[in-house]
Amino acid sequence: MIVGLIDWFNERLGSAHAVNKALRKAFPDHWSFMIGEINAYAFLLLVVTGTFLALLFDPSTASVRYHGPYTLLDGVTMSQAYRSAMRLSFEVNGGLLIRQVHHWTALIFLSGIVVHLCRIFFTGAFRKPREINWVIGITLFVLAMFAGFTGYSVPDDLLSGAGLRIADAVLLSVPFIGTRTSMLLLGGAFPSEQMIPRLFVTHIYIIPAAIAALITLHLAIVWRQKHTQFRGIGRTEDNVIGSPLFPKYALKSFALLLALTAVAFALGALVQINPIWLYGPYNASIVFSPVQPDWYVGWVEGALRLGPAFALHLLGHSVPSPFWPAVFVPACIFGILLCWPWIEAAATGDRRAHHLLDWPSDAPLRTAIGAAGLAFVGILLLAGSDDVQVRYTHWSIESLVVAYRWLCIFAPVVAFLITYVLASELRGRHGVHHAPRVRLRRNAAGGFDEEPIP
Amino acid sequence: MSGHERTVVGSTIVAILASVGFIVAYALDRSRLMEGVIFAVAAAALCAAFAGCVAWLVPQEKVIDEREQPESEPLYPLPRISALSGLIAVACGTLLVAAIVPIRSLAPNFGNALFHTRWRRGTRLCREDGTPVRAGELNTDSMETVFPEHALDDPQSQAVLIRLPVDISDAPQGYVAYSKLCTHAGCPVAQYRARAKQLLCPCHQSLFDVVDAGRVISGPADHPLPQLPLMIGSDGYVRAANDFPVPVGPGFWGRA
Repeated sequence: MIVGLIDWFNERLGSAHAVNKALRKAFPDHWSFMIGEINAYAFLLLVVTGTFLALLFDPSTASVRYHGPYTLLDGVTMSQAYRSAMRLSFEVNGGLLIRQVHHWTALIFLSGIVVHLCRIFFTGAFRKPREINWVIGITLFVLAMFAGFTGYSVPDDLLSGAGLRIADAVLLSVPFIGTRTSMLLLGGAFPSEQMIPRLFVTHIYIIPAAIAALITLHLAIVWRQKHTQFRGIGRTEDNVIGSPLFPKYALKSFALLLALTAVAFALGALVQINPIWLYGPYNASIVFSPVQPDWYVGWVEGALRLGPAFALHLLGHSVPSPFWPAVFVPACIFGILLCWPWIEAAATGDRRAHHLLDWPSDAPLRTAIGAAGLAFVGILLLAGSDDVQVRYTHWSIESLVVAYRWLCIFAPVVAFLITYVLASELRGRHGVHHAPRVRLRRNAAGGFDEEPIP
Repeated sequence: MSGHERTVVGSTIVAILASVGFIVAYALDRSRLMEGVIFAVAAAALCAAFAGCVAWLVPQEKVIDEREQPESEPLYPLPRISALSGLIAVACGTLLVAAIVPIRSLAPNFGNALFHTRWRRGTRLCREDGTPVRAGELNTDSMETVFPEHALDDPQSQAVLIRLPVDISDAPQGYVAYSKLCTHAGCPVAQYRARAKQLLCPCHQSLFDVVDAGRVISGPADHPLPQLPLMIGSDGYVRAANDFPVPVGPGFWGRA
């Protein structure tokens, strides 16, 4: 039957040759090449579960009085949005499961993107000719962060409302365009009644459409440029060695999709996430403590807590304090990331194309800079939960903030030095290409001669 | 059938059974735990079957793709459409700008929204349920969240009313009121530390001095909490003497 179907298409599209060629395309076997694939599948799972949720969710901010199975909120006034999220959680068969699977998958998606980004960075896979895909990848990372943030904001609960309030303050802090952009996005001063409907459209349509388009482009470029590969026997700059797409790689990839589905559903079923009924509906005059965002926003939240109380005043205008930690610092980080392929090419003078990957220890300076960056963001992420740490350690919040501020400077330096020394020590010790490249040849006397391979 | 094949077949059968089990659990409207776990088992079993195929049943072959080096090639000579081309480019650009301009409709004019609240001279301070505060009602060192009497749902106007001991404050009967919006990121400044006479914002831990005009003691806030001028009416109600003298909430570009 399948053969018949392939013939049917071939007679109309002349596709047999291209399909045959595609089915034998080489895919390198290293496990780290599967991380990007996890992200693509996570996005697929997000679209499927998200469609289910979007059809049952009502983003209206009109207020209603709650009467439903969750009796603790009986008689409480709330928005339609929160009410419908409650209905999804308590009254729709499978609703809470899909909600939790969706949220967990979003966390997997963002984590996968970060790990994939690290893989590309530390192995030098961003070098010529792959700069375009590097830029697309960073853009996808930013889009995914906004997708996650808008997603957990739409239920209009007390936790996400506090997050939105902070996000709007960050937006307002941007010079020149901040106030106007805030009005444009929220449709009025915070908390406007258009806010949730607009976030909803952004979350379910604008951002996913952009992500889908960019993932398609990302994969098309990978396909066109062919994969990179680690060094190894027979592997050169001019070839790719790996398993054929069919049957081995396709089956492996499908197994990965199923593994991801299994993990997401197990987490969704067994581990509670974002229990909005415990937070209650959003009320602008209430807040609880501690408040923390999802982890991928947590480092910005940490930066906000560590930022100096410094506002710039000029000519009757001001740049308030949230601007520096929450706009300037992230903009610098993503700016450096975006430009990294060109920064490195300029610094090393190496503008050749590279298809063979570096082992992290092959490029100690790059690896050390990457480690310093990770340490910096890691400290910010930790600082984002300082109120919880205070609770468990009984230190004062002021001294903890001072400690984290120093750590922001010292942790990257220490990470840089340790990584640089380690990588320099290990340099050249990894991989087949560093094995003695000799050929053994039997000589006339019956012994063996070593003959170097050029 | 080899042992490996038996394992793969076994996993496949588990996957089929679990999938049917999920349908049954859904039909019976079981808890999310039941449905989710069964679905996860189905996916995991099918995953195991595929993994078994990859490890044992498909040929472990390697293929080698050659990389083609990109070759440069002179571009097909583009015909010049003479002087017209510049004009056409301008037209395209103008049309694009015209198409983008209506985005402006999405952003209403904020006017005075960020500069003024709903407090006026004589406005009574009301709790969220609408009951106005009488001068005798608050105990010393207690705190109440208040709104203007005609704008109980206006978050921009929310304020905290605190009654200080009269020996440390020359405010009318010890009553002081501050905007409840933190001047850092706009969270409600919800915690009153009565002994230290400080207001704490739980979001980023900015600390404000209630006795000293809302001065920032510590934390990332860069300007004091705006104070609402108060008076006690002849009828005994606590009333605003005016609007906040400065914009409330987080800073923004247009705020001097």
